[in-house]
Amino acid sequence: MSTPALKEWPLWEVFVRSKQGLEHKHCGSLHASDAQHALQMARDVYTRRQEGVSIWVVPSATISASEPNDKSEFFEPASDKVYRHPTFYEIPEEVGHM
Amino acid sequence: MHAPVEYILHLADNALVLGQRNAEWCGHGPILEEDIALSNNSLDLIGQARLLYQHAATLIGGDATEDKLAYFRDVPDFRNYTLCELPHLPLMAATSAGDRDFAITIVRNFLYSSLMVLVWDRLQSSQDKQLAAIAAKSLKEVRYHLRHSRDWLVRLGNGTEVSHAKVQAALDQFLPYCQEFWAASPHETDALTNGTGIDMAALQADWNRIVDEALNEATLQRPATGGFVPTGKQGLHSEHLGFLLAEMQSLARAHPNATW
Repeated sequence: MSTPALKEWPLWEVFVRSKQGLEHKHCGSLHASDAQHALQMARDVYTRRQEGVSIWVVPSATISASEPNDKSEFFEPASDKVYRHPTFYEIPEEVGHM
Repeated sequence: MHAPVEYILHLADNALVLGQRNAEWCGHGPILEEDIALSNNSLDLIGQARLLYQHAATLIGGDATEDKLAYFRDVPDFRNYTLCELPHLPLMAATSAGDRDFAITIVRNFLYSSLMVLVWDRLQSSQDKQLAAIAAKSLKEVRYHLRHSRDWLVRLGNGTEVSHAKVQAALDQFLPYCQEFWAASPHETDALTNGTGIDMAALQADWNRIVDEALNEATLQRPATGGFVPTGKQGLHSEHLGFLLAEMQSLARAHPNATW
Protein backbone atom coordinates (compact mmCIF):
# COMPACT_ATOMS: atom_id res chain seq x y z
CA MET A 1 0.00 0.00 0.00
CA SER A 2 3.09 2.16 -0.14
CA THR A 3 3.65 2.26 -3.90
CA PRO A 4 1.28 4.22 -6.11
CA ALA A 5 -0.45 2.10 -8.72
CA LEU A 6 0.96 2.36 -12.23
CA LYS A 7 -1.71 2.92 -14.84
CA GLU A 8 0.63 1.73 -17.59
CA TRP A 9 3.60 -0.56 -17.07
CA PRO A 10 6.70 0.72 -18.83
CA LEU A 11 8.12 -1.10 -21.84
CA TRP A 12 11.32 -3.16 -21.61
CA GLU A 13 13.54 -4.50 -24.37
CA VAL A 14 14.69 -8.09 -23.84
CA PHE A 15 18.09 -9.45 -24.84
CA VAL A 16 18.89 -13.16 -24.54
CA ARG A 17 22.25 -14.90 -24.73
CA SER A 18 21.70 -18.30 -26.27
CA LYS A 19 25.05 -19.84 -25.29
CA GLN A 20 28.01 -19.03 -23.10
CA GLY A 21 30.46 -16.98 -25.18
CA LEU A 22 27.87 -15.61 -27.61
CA GLU A 23 26.52 -12.08 -27.41
CA HIS A 24 23.10 -11.13 -26.04
CA LYS A 25 20.68 -10.69 -28.91
CA HIS A 26 17.56 -8.58 -28.96
CA CYS A 27 14.55 -10.87 -29.05
CA GLY A 28 11.55 -8.70 -28.23
CA SER A 29 9.92 -6.46 -25.69
CA LEU A 30 7.37 -6.63 -22.89
CA HIS A 31 5.56 -4.48 -20.34
CA ALA A 32 6.53 -4.86 -16.67
CA SER A 33 6.37 -2.77 -13.52
CA ASP A 34 10.10 -2.89 -12.71
CA ALA A 35 13.38 -4.56 -13.68
CA GLN A 36 12.93 -7.64 -11.48
CA HIS A 37 9.44 -8.16 -12.80
CA ALA A 38 10.66 -7.70 -16.38
CA LEU A 39 13.40 -10.32 -15.88
CA GLN A 40 10.93 -12.91 -14.61
CA MET A 41 8.49 -12.23 -17.40
CA ALA A 42 11.28 -12.41 -19.96
CA ARG A 43 12.27 -15.78 -18.50
CA ASP A 44 8.73 -17.07 -18.93
CA VAL A 45 8.08 -15.61 -22.36
CA TYR A 46 11.43 -15.82 -24.14
CA THR A 47 13.39 -18.74 -22.63
CA ARG A 48 10.74 -21.44 -22.23
CA ARG A 49 12.13 -23.44 -25.15
CA GLN A 50 15.71 -23.44 -23.87
CA GLU A 51 16.59 -20.32 -25.83
CA GLY A 52 18.90 -18.82 -23.26
CA VAL A 53 21.45 -18.93 -20.48
CA SER A 54 21.34 -15.22 -19.64
CA ILE A 55 18.83 -12.38 -19.96
CA TRP A 56 19.19 -8.60 -20.04
CA VAL A 57 16.26 -6.24 -19.80
CA VAL A 58 16.62 -2.55 -20.66
CA PRO A 59 13.99 0.17 -20.24
CA SER A 60 12.94 1.00 -23.81
CA ALA A 61 12.81 4.69 -22.86
CA THR A 62 16.58 4.71 -22.26
CA ILE A 63 17.38 3.62 -25.82
CA SER A 64 18.21 6.44 -28.23
CA ALA A 65 17.41 5.46 -31.79
CA SER A 66 18.25 6.95 -35.16
CA GLU A 67 15.41 8.61 -37.02
CA PRO A 68 13.96 6.90 -40.10
CA ASN A 69 14.01 10.35 -41.74
CA ASP A 70 17.79 10.48 -41.39
CA LYS A 71 18.18 7.44 -43.61
CA SER A 72 19.52 9.37 -46.61
CA GLU A 73 22.33 11.12 -44.73
CA PHE A 74 23.05 8.34 -42.23
CA PHE A 75 23.16 5.22 -44.31
CA GLU A 76 22.94 5.83 -48.02
CA PRO A 77 26.38 7.47 -48.42
CA ALA A 78 27.95 4.09 -47.55
CA SER A 79 26.29 2.29 -50.44
CA ASP A 80 28.89 3.20 -53.12
CA LYS A 81 31.96 2.63 -50.91
CA VAL A 82 32.44 -1.05 -51.57
CA TYR A 83 36.18 -0.61 -50.93
CA ARG A 84 35.35 -0.45 -47.22
CA HIS A 85 34.60 -4.14 -47.31
CA PRO A 86 37.72 -6.22 -46.79
CA THR A 87 37.08 -8.17 -49.99
CA PHE A 88 40.00 -6.89 -52.05
CA TYR A 89 42.60 -9.13 -50.45
CA GLU A 90 43.82 -12.51 -51.62
CA ILE A 91 43.79 -14.80 -48.57
CA PRO A 92 46.46 -17.51 -48.76
CA GLU A 93 44.99 -20.97 -48.66
CA GLU A 94 47.03 -21.91 -45.60
CA VAL A 95 45.05 -19.40 -43.55
CA GLY A 96 41.93 -21.45 -44.09
CA HIS A 97 38.52 -20.17 -43.06
CA MET A 98 38.47 -16.60 -41.71
CA MET B 1 13.59 -50.27 -2.10
CA HIS B 2 10.58 -48.31 -3.32
CA ALA B 3 8.05 -45.94 -1.81
CA PRO B 4 4.49 -47.15 -1.12
CA VAL B 5 2.36 -46.70 -4.25
CA GLU B 6 -0.19 -44.65 -2.32
CA TYR B 7 2.53 -42.24 -1.29
CA ILE B 8 3.74 -41.79 -4.88
CA LEU B 9 0.13 -41.23 -5.96
CA HIS B 10 -0.24 -38.60 -3.24
CA LEU B 11 2.71 -36.64 -4.67
CA ALA B 12 1.51 -37.20 -8.25
CA ASP B 13 -2.10 -36.20 -7.57
CA ASN B 14 -1.00 -32.97 -5.86
CA ALA B 15 0.96 -32.03 -8.96
CA LEU B 16 -1.70 -33.09 -11.47
CA VAL B 17 -4.64 -31.43 -9.74
CA LEU B 18 -2.82 -28.16 -9.08
CA GLY B 19 -1.43 -28.29 -12.62
CA GLN B 20 -4.98 -28.64 -13.94
CA ARG B 21 -6.14 -25.70 -11.82
CA ASN B 22 -3.33 -23.44 -13.00
CA ALA B 23 -4.01 -24.50 -16.59
CA GLU B 24 -7.44 -22.86 -16.28
CA TRP B 25 -5.61 -19.55 -16.78
CA CYS B 26 -4.33 -20.61 -20.19
CA GLY B 27 -5.76 -18.05 -22.59
CA HIS B 28 -7.31 -16.08 -19.70
CA GLY B 29 -4.27 -14.68 -17.85
CA PRO B 30 -4.47 -11.08 -16.64
CA ILE B 31 -1.66 -10.16 -19.07
CA LEU B 32 0.02 -12.12 -21.84
CA GLU B 33 3.27 -12.68 -19.91
CA GLU B 34 1.39 -13.99 -16.88
CA ASP B 35 -0.73 -16.25 -19.04
CA ILE B 36 2.47 -17.89 -20.27
CA ALA B 37 4.04 -17.95 -16.79
CA LEU B 38 1.06 -19.82 -15.32
CA SER B 39 0.94 -22.21 -18.28
CA ASN B 40 4.66 -22.91 -17.76
CA ASN B 41 3.98 -23.55 -14.09
CA SER B 42 1.12 -25.87 -14.99
CA LEU B 43 3.22 -27.82 -17.48
CA ASP B 44 6.01 -28.22 -14.91
CA LEU B 45 3.51 -29.71 -12.45
CA ILE B 46 1.92 -32.01 -15.03
CA GLY B 47 5.43 -33.12 -16.03
CA GLN B 48 6.17 -34.00 -12.40
CA ALA B 49 2.88 -35.87 -12.18
CA ARG B 50 3.72 -37.88 -15.31
CA LEU B 51 7.07 -39.05 -13.92
CA LEU B 52 5.43 -40.05 -10.64
CA TYR B 53 2.53 -41.87 -12.35
CA GLN B 54 4.98 -43.72 -14.58
CA HIS B 55 6.91 -44.81 -11.49
CA ALA B 56 3.69 -45.86 -9.72
CA ALA B 57 2.47 -47.73 -12.83
CA THR B 58 5.71 -49.72 -12.97
CA LEU B 59 5.32 -50.68 -9.30
CA ILE B 60 1.66 -51.61 -9.71
CA GLY B 61 2.48 -53.71 -12.79
CA GLY B 62 -0.13 -55.46 -14.92
CA ASP B 63 -1.86 -53.10 -17.32
CA ALA B 64 -1.36 -49.96 -15.19
CA THR B 65 -0.21 -46.89 -17.13
CA GLU B 66 0.23 -43.22 -16.33
CA ASP B 67 -2.90 -42.40 -18.36
CA LYS B 68 -5.01 -44.95 -16.50
CA LEU B 69 -3.88 -43.49 -13.19
CA ALA B 70 -4.61 -39.93 -14.28
CA TYR B 71 -7.84 -40.43 -16.22
CA PHE B 72 -9.56 -43.55 -14.93
CA ARG B 73 -9.54 -43.13 -11.18
CA ASP B 74 -12.40 -41.42 -9.33
CA VAL B 75 -12.57 -38.86 -6.54
CA PRO B 76 -12.06 -41.25 -3.58
CA ASP B 77 -8.95 -42.69 -5.27
CA PHE B 78 -7.21 -39.31 -5.50
CA ARG B 79 -4.69 -38.58 -2.76
CA ASN B 80 -4.04 -34.85 -3.29
CA TYR B 81 -4.28 -32.18 -0.62
CA THR B 82 -7.69 -30.52 -0.60
CA LEU B 83 -5.80 -27.21 -1.02
CA CYS B 84 -4.86 -28.17 -4.59
CA GLU B 85 -8.40 -28.85 -5.83
CA LEU B 86 -10.22 -25.72 -4.62
CA PRO B 87 -11.37 -23.38 -7.41
CA HIS B 88 -9.76 -19.98 -8.03
CA LEU B 89 -12.80 -18.29 -6.52
CA PRO B 90 -13.33 -16.14 -3.46
CA LEU B 91 -15.79 -17.41 -0.86
CA MET B 92 -19.39 -16.67 -1.79
CA ALA B 93 -18.49 -15.90 -5.42
CA ALA B 94 -20.47 -17.32 -8.26
CA THR B 95 -18.80 -20.17 -10.10
CA SER B 96 -18.26 -18.61 -13.51
CA ALA B 97 -14.82 -18.43 -15.04
CA GLY B 98 -15.12 -14.64 -15.07
CA ASP B 99 -14.98 -14.62 -11.27
CA ARG B 100 -11.59 -16.32 -11.24
CA ASP B 101 -9.35 -14.54 -8.72
CA PHE B 102 -5.65 -14.13 -9.50
CA ALA B 103 -4.89 -13.45 -5.81
CA ILE B 104 -6.10 -16.96 -4.95
CA THR B 105 -3.90 -18.50 -7.62
CA ILE B 106 -0.90 -16.63 -6.27
CA VAL B 107 -1.58 -17.43 -2.60
CA ARG B 108 -2.19 -21.12 -3.28
CA ASN B 109 0.90 -21.47 -5.48
CA PHE B 110 2.92 -19.67 -2.83
CA LEU B 111 1.70 -21.88 0.05
CA TYR B 112 2.18 -25.09 -1.95
CA SER B 113 5.58 -24.15 -3.42
CA SER B 114 6.85 -23.12 0.02
CA LEU B 115 6.10 -26.65 1.13
CA MET B 116 7.38 -28.43 -1.96
CA VAL B 117 10.81 -26.77 -1.97
CA LEU B 118 11.27 -28.46 1.41
CA VAL B 119 9.65 -31.77 0.45
CA TRP B 120 11.58 -32.23 -2.81
CA ASP B 121 14.81 -31.17 -1.14
CA ARG B 122 14.44 -33.88 1.53
CA LEU B 123 13.17 -36.51 -0.94
CA GLN B 124 16.42 -36.21 -2.89
CA SER B 125 17.82 -38.61 -0.28
CA SER B 126 14.86 -41.02 -0.42
CA GLN B 127 15.75 -44.71 -0.39
CA ASP B 128 13.57 -44.95 -3.50
CA LYS B 129 16.16 -43.98 -6.12
CA GLN B 130 13.60 -43.21 -8.81
CA LEU B 131 11.71 -40.93 -6.43
CA ALA B 132 14.97 -39.25 -5.40
CA ALA B 133 15.73 -38.49 -9.07
CA ILE B 134 12.24 -37.06 -9.65
CA ALA B 135 12.73 -34.93 -6.52
CA ALA B 136 15.98 -33.46 -7.84
CA LYS B 137 14.32 -32.45 -11.12
CA SER B 138 11.18 -31.12 -9.46
CA LEU B 139 13.10 -29.07 -6.91
CA LYS B 140 14.50 -26.76 -9.62
CA GLU B 141 11.03 -26.19 -11.05
CA VAL B 142 9.33 -25.56 -7.76
CA ARG B 143 12.02 -23.10 -6.70
CA TYR B 144 10.99 -20.97 -9.63
CA HIS B 145 7.29 -21.41 -8.78
CA LEU B 146 8.06 -20.13 -5.30
CA ARG B 147 10.00 -17.17 -6.65
CA HIS B 148 7.18 -16.31 -9.06
CA SER B 149 4.33 -16.59 -6.57
CA ARG B 150 6.25 -14.95 -3.73
CA ASP B 151 7.14 -12.02 -5.97
CA TRP B 152 3.46 -11.46 -6.82
CA LEU B 153 2.39 -11.97 -3.21
CA VAL B 154 4.70 -9.15 -2.11
CA ARG B 155 3.66 -6.92 -5.02
CA LEU B 156 -0.05 -7.41 -4.41
CA GLY B 157 0.37 -6.98 -0.65
CA ASN B 158 2.23 -3.71 -1.15
CA GLY B 159 0.12 -2.62 -4.12
CA THR B 160 -3.20 -0.82 -3.97
CA GLU B 161 -5.85 -1.11 -1.27
CA VAL B 162 -7.81 -3.42 -3.55
CA SER B 163 -4.88 -5.73 -4.30
CA HIS B 164 -3.94 -5.85 -0.62
CA ALA B 165 -7.50 -6.70 0.42
CA LYS B 166 -7.82 -9.40 -2.24
CA VAL B 167 -4.57 -11.15 -1.37
CA GLN B 168 -5.33 -10.94 2.37
CA ALA B 169 -8.77 -12.48 1.75
CA ALA B 170 -7.19 -15.27 -0.32
CA LEU B 171 -4.73 -15.96 2.49
CA ASP B 172 -7.51 -16.02 5.12
CA GLN B 173 -9.42 -18.45 2.92
CA PHE B 174 -6.56 -20.82 2.02
CA LEU B 175 -4.11 -20.90 4.93
CA PRO B 176 -6.38 -23.10 7.11
CA TYR B 177 -6.22 -25.81 4.40
CA CYS B 178 -2.46 -26.05 4.97
CA GLN B 179 -3.10 -27.78 8.29
CA GLU B 180 -3.48 -30.93 6.23
CA PHE B 181 0.27 -30.82 5.47
CA TRP B 182 1.13 -31.75 9.05
CA ALA B 183 -1.52 -34.36 9.87
CA ALA B 184 0.17 -37.68 9.07
CA SER B 185 -1.72 -40.14 6.87
CA PRO B 186 -1.10 -43.92 6.81
CA HIS B 187 0.76 -43.83 3.45
CA GLU B 188 3.06 -41.04 4.64
CA THR B 189 3.82 -42.97 7.81
CA ASP B 190 4.56 -46.11 5.77
CA ALA B 191 6.92 -44.15 3.53
CA LEU B 192 8.69 -42.63 6.51
CA THR B 193 9.07 -46.05 8.13
CA ASN B 194 10.73 -47.70 5.12
CA GLY B 195 13.08 -44.77 4.50
CA THR B 196 11.49 -43.61 1.24
CA GLY B 197 9.40 -40.76 2.70
CA ILE B 198 10.00 -37.89 5.06
CA ASP B 199 8.77 -36.63 8.41
CA MET B 200 6.36 -33.87 7.34
CA ALA B 201 5.92 -32.49 10.86
CA ALA B 202 9.66 -31.79 10.93
CA LEU B 203 9.24 -29.38 7.98
CA GLN B 204 6.70 -27.20 9.72
CA ALA B 205 9.16 -24.78 11.35
CA ASP B 206 10.97 -24.17 8.03
CA TRP B 207 7.67 -23.71 6.20
CA ASN B 208 6.47 -21.23 8.83
CA ARG B 209 9.68 -19.26 8.42
CA ILE B 210 9.35 -19.08 4.59
CA VAL B 211 5.69 -18.07 4.86
CA ASP B 212 6.11 -15.55 7.69
CA GLU B 213 9.05 -13.80 6.00
CA ALA B 214 7.04 -13.31 2.82
CA LEU B 215 3.88 -12.22 4.64
CA ASN B 216 5.90 -9.72 6.61
CA GLU B 217 7.43 -8.32 3.44
CA ALA B 218 3.98 -8.19 1.86
CA THR B 219 2.46 -6.42 4.94
CA LEU B 220 -0.09 -9.22 5.24
CA GLN B 221 -1.52 -10.62 8.48
CA ARG B 222 -1.25 -14.33 9.11
CA PRO B 223 -4.74 -15.53 10.06
CA ALA B 224 -5.22 -17.80 13.04
CA THR B 225 -5.89 -21.40 12.02
CA GLY B 226 -7.61 -24.23 13.82
CA GLY B 227 -10.78 -26.24 13.53
CA PHE B 228 -11.38 -28.46 10.52
CA VAL B 229 -8.33 -30.26 9.13
CA PRO B 230 -8.92 -31.32 5.50
CA THR B 231 -8.52 -34.97 4.52
CA GLY B 232 -7.98 -34.90 0.75
CA LYS B 233 -4.81 -36.97 0.89
CA GLN B 234 -6.85 -39.79 2.43
CA GLY B 235 -9.42 -39.65 -0.36
CA LEU B 236 -12.06 -37.56 1.44
CA HIS B 237 -12.31 -34.47 -0.77
CA SER B 238 -14.28 -31.27 -1.12
CA GLU B 239 -17.13 -31.14 -3.64
CA HIS B 240 -14.86 -29.34 -6.12
CA LEU B 241 -12.60 -32.24 -7.11
CA GLY B 242 -15.41 -34.11 -8.89
CA PHE B 243 -16.02 -31.18 -11.25
CA LEU B 244 -12.31 -30.79 -11.91
CA LEU B 245 -11.93 -34.49 -12.74
CA ALA B 246 -15.06 -34.47 -14.91
CA GLU B 247 -13.52 -31.78 -17.10
CA MET B 248 -10.02 -33.25 -17.05
CA GLN B 249 -11.00 -36.89 -17.65
CA SER B 250 -13.96 -36.58 -20.01
CA LEU B 251 -11.93 -36.66 -23.24
CA ALA B 252 -9.90 -39.71 -22.23
CA ARG B 253 -13.05 -41.52 -21.10
CA ALA B 254 -15.01 -40.65 -24.23
CA HIS B 255 -12.19 -42.02 -26.40
CA PRO B 256 -10.44 -44.72 -24.36
CA ASN B 257 -7.11 -45.90 -25.79
CA ALA B 258 -7.08 -43.07 -28.35
CA THR B 259 -3.60 -42.15 -29.56
CA TRP B 260 -2.24 -39.16 -31.44
